[in-house]
Amino acid sequence: MSANGHDHPHEEARYERSPWSARIQALEELLVEKAVFTHEEVWDQIEYMEARSYENGARLVARAWVDPEFRALLLSDTKAAALELGIDASGPVEFITVENTPEVHNIIVCTLCSCYPRAILGRPPDWYKSASYRSRAVKEPRAVMREFGYEPPEEVRVAVHDSSADLRYMVLPMRPSGADGMSEEELAALVTRDSLVGVSVPLASARAG
Amino acid sequence: MVRGVSASSAEPRFKLGDPVRVLDADREGHVRTPDYVRSRPGWISSFLGQYPNPESLAYGGDGLPEQPLYKVGFRQGDLWPGYENPSGDVLYVDIYEHWLDPRPAEEAR
Repeated sequence: MSANGHDHPHEEARYERSPWSARIQALEELLVEKAVFTHEEVWDQIEYMEARSYENGARLVARAWVDPEFRALLLSDTKAAALELGIDASGPVEFITVENTPEVHNIIVCTLCSCYPRAILGRPPDWYKSASYRSRAVKEPRAVMREFGYEPPEEVRVAVHDSSADLRYMVLPMRPSGADGMSEEELAALVTRDSLVGVSVPLASARAG
Repeated sequence: MVRGVSASSAEPRFKLGDPVRVLDADREGHVRTPDYVRSRPGWISSFLGQYPNPESLAYGGDGLPEQPLYKVGFRQGDLWPGYENPSGDVLYVDIYEHWLDPRPAEEAR
């Protein structure tokens, strides 16, 4: 009889820890030991991050599409606009929302690391952190967008924002044509994560003629 | 959106629209000025506020004095030879003041 009380061995979870993960755990243990923070605080922060997703951004955008005053607030004070929708982004980090227009299409990258408006949108997608995106988005943004299925017209100015300092950026995309009469909730469903980074645009409305 | 000027900060040296050039410095360690804009001509697009200097913060310093931070615009054609749509496309990087030099407006790019 084995230790688990019956005669077949239980398999250990097949989880191979990467050297990075081992290093992070070691750092966490040390910092807890030095009373810099507690394990509970680390878990609280993980939960805070996990509770955030691009859907927060989609709600902000949909509200801005239907409410001009809210749009103005989102563009002038993104934190205050987020708070109006119950999204608490009150950390030390500042946010800027950049607006797509018929003349300008914005796209966000952080070439130095992976700065992203996490307090609003949650964790960035893996491709956003990849060396390939970070190097190409600044140098050939139009080619990158084509790979995401969006081709900005030649006369539209592409504006790349490399957010490598203290500000975090989010794009306010243009409302798709044919989305008149849709509810705020229906509009939010058109806003994709990629359109908030600017590598693409919102989904076309199903009602678009 | 933008932080106020605190007592520990210098008055911003540049104003909106000022032509600037990014220093061609090669500083060791943690800097937030990407290589690809160093020595390139741009312009002050907006003033973003005063922030502790990350080059000091990264090594346990207090980041003081705070540095004015600007959104600096660049023509893509000034950054990348053979850029696909050089006439209209632009790129913005947030750059701390001590990385910027004034540039005569008429200076050859």
